[in-house]
Amino acid sequence: MSMSRREFLQVLAAASASGFVLNSRPAFSASSGDAFYDLPPFGNISLLHFTDCHAQLLPVYYREPDVNIGLGQSLNRAPHLVGEKLLESFNIRPGTLEAHAFTSLDFAQAARTYGKVGGFAHLATLVKKIRASRPGALLLDGGDTWQGSATALWSKGQDMVDACKLLGVNVMTGHWEFTLGAERVKQVVDNDFNGKVDFVAQNIKTSDFGDPVFPHFALKEINGIPVAIIGQAFPYTPIANPRYLIPDWSFGIQDDHLQKVVDEARAKGAQVVVVLSHNGMDVDLKMAGRVSGIDAIMGGHTHDGVPAPSLVKNPGGQTLVTNAGSNGKFLGVMDFDVRNGKVAGFKYKLLPVFSNLIEPDGEMAALIKKVRAPYEEKLAEKLAVSEGLLYRRGNFNGTFDQLILDALMEVKGADAAFSPGFRWGVSLLPGEDITMEHLMSQTAITYPYSTLTEMTGATIKDIMEDVCDNLFNPDPYKQQGGDMVRVGGISYTCDLREGMGKRINNLMLGGKPLDANRKYKVAGWAPVAEGASGEPIWDVAAKYLRDKKVISPRKLNLPRLLGAENNSGIA
Amino acid sequence: MNKFRRAFLKTAGAAGALLATAGVGLLKSGEVFAATWNKLAFSSNNMNDAMKNANYGGAVESKDIVLKAPDIAENGAVVPVEVTSNIPGTTSIALFVEKNQYPMVADFELPSGTEPYISTRIKMSQTSNVRVAVRAGGKNYTQVKEVKVTIGGCGG
Repeated sequence: MSMSRREFLQVLAAASASGFVLNSRPAFSASSGDAFYDLPPFGNISLLHFTDCHAQLLPVYYREPDVNIGLGQSLNRAPHLVGEKLLESFNIRPGTLEAHAFTSLDFAQAARTYGKVGGFAHLATLVKKIRASRPGALLLDGGDTWQGSATALWSKGQDMVDACKLLGVNVMTGHWEFTLGAERVKQVVDNDFNGKVDFVAQNIKTSDFGDPVFPHFALKEINGIPVAIIGQAFPYTPIANPRYLIPDWSFGIQDDHLQKVVDEARAKGAQVVVVLSHNGMDVDLKMAGRVSGIDAIMGGHTHDGVPAPSLVKNPGGQTLVTNAGSNGKFLGVMDFDVRNGKVAGFKYKLLPVFSNLIEPDGEMAALIKKVRAPYEEKLAEKLAVSEGLLYRRGNFNGTFDQLILDALMEVKGADAAFSPGFRWGVSLLPGEDITMEHLMSQTAITYPYSTLTEMTGATIKDIMEDVCDNLFNPDPYKQQGGDMVRVGGISYTCDLREGMGKRINNLMLGGKPLDANRKYKVAGWAPVAEGASGEPIWDVAAKYLRDKKVISPRKLNLPRLLGAENNSGIA
Repeated sequence: MNKFRRAFLKTAGAAGALLATAGVGLLKSGEVFAATWNKLAFSSNNMNDAMKNANYGGAVESKDIVLKAPDIAENGAVVPVEVTSNIPGTTSIALFVEKNQYPMVADFELPSGTEPYISTRIKMSQTSNVRVAVRAGGKNYTQVKEVKVTIGGCGG
């Protein structure tokens, strides 16, 4: 094929840029995994944590961001470290398995060498191995588990519910789960999970009387020591996702209520208090400074794979904050040494799940095969071949988003397009076929409607400013944890030194400044308003892909950043 | 029990609506409120005038007022706000939204012996400071919190 030469040259370029010697790779096999995953036990309480797997039952490629900007108090601090700055900060040697797991450096080349990550059958083996050396360990699921794949969408999350039960999840909280609708969540929690998995959330109340919807925490005894796991669901679910799907529930951060719940758990005898959070790491860090009595906040939502915990001081002492990445790529292992009723020491390791290093668990593999069977043919449809690397994650347009934007503009005949700043969605290496399954991993939501709307230039700017503020507001409690809306057709500058309403400037469309009063045709998808309709985005994109057959490397429409000097969140 | 309470109130609400449509109301509409309606304050279109016209001019910031409101509103049309005044002798609590066209939202007069706590829902057109003003012992106090109103979507 014509592109294999180009692909080969890209590999060579990447390899030479990083100083790799191509034929010096050690052989990787499941047998060498034993050493990599040999984690000596510590203490007497262990908590295993995965989060934001986004329903990826099979191993995938997932590229970490090369742009994850932190500003103000978050400047150049975890999780806002990328590439070499992350490696330096956490003392990770370049060119290693771990360097590949935590950064996007030489991604395509390293991904070919080290293979795919995650997969529930591999995760299951790893969980069993870690549990064998840590009796009584709990497995915590931070949420965004029942959404992100075609099979999860088509089975209304049932494939993931069954897989999580088999995996042995003990406690869970949520976010995208709620986009299946309040009734469906309640149905799972009251039936499938009954007596098996505790679904906890201290910050979800009924919007009429403020009654609790789920238990606030689960109190478990590990090796005779009471441990409380408090749930913190994604606080802005009714804003970032359609409110009509959970019309009677109110969320929010509720840190004053959290303090009461922590105090209640301590009063009931908990010697270890952990918050299983879907706040996003910046919110976790702020919360850890305001609420006392929490030993650790084990978080997710922002998909930050952070190798070591952040230590936050507060009036009651200190709290560890961890975030465990996404897409099944990591398993967090927190070991506490509890003495005389309190935590005396800890060890934490965020283990990357390299599928080539772990034998898949037979029982889980069989379940995955079974749940996929009815859909295999549809999932396997080859839509096109991608010449370039496709990925989503990063503060601004990723190549897979760019592809979706290009498809939207062409199919809908639009001047410009918007695509949501989601952080889930797998990566594809140059030369891979784009299958329906891949496309669904970028688009599988319960409100997939594509839209074509007439908007004035002023409205377009307002939307971009609004979303940009959700990303860069100096107060983490006013961020929503998504990335910048992906923009097609319009170039712009983004001034990181400015505040709401003043960041987005120099908007240009087709070589001309955007006219505030003129109307433009703007395509988009995933509207949160009730009553929206339109062809599902996967059908629009599939049409485009089948038509093109070969997808050339995408030209990213990235804004020019102002005020980004010396920012360790930019590679 | 909560389910029962909700069902009961729904039934009661429906019954209330029936009574109203049947015209059994004992009060003439608006009659009671008309006596204390501060038209000048409620129709003031900037924050300072609204506070002054509502007799909360010169209010000083006080940490003894606890204002609870969301950081980001789930729905700008019904933003839940709670105020507790820990200032002795509180006689009234008022709410203002700086960027609303008419900032004055409500003024609660508290008869002597009433716990100085209010909970209500307010309408906000855009991201704005929400300001509470409290009168206690003839003096005015205030506290403020910004509530963000966003178009939503696009969350991780």
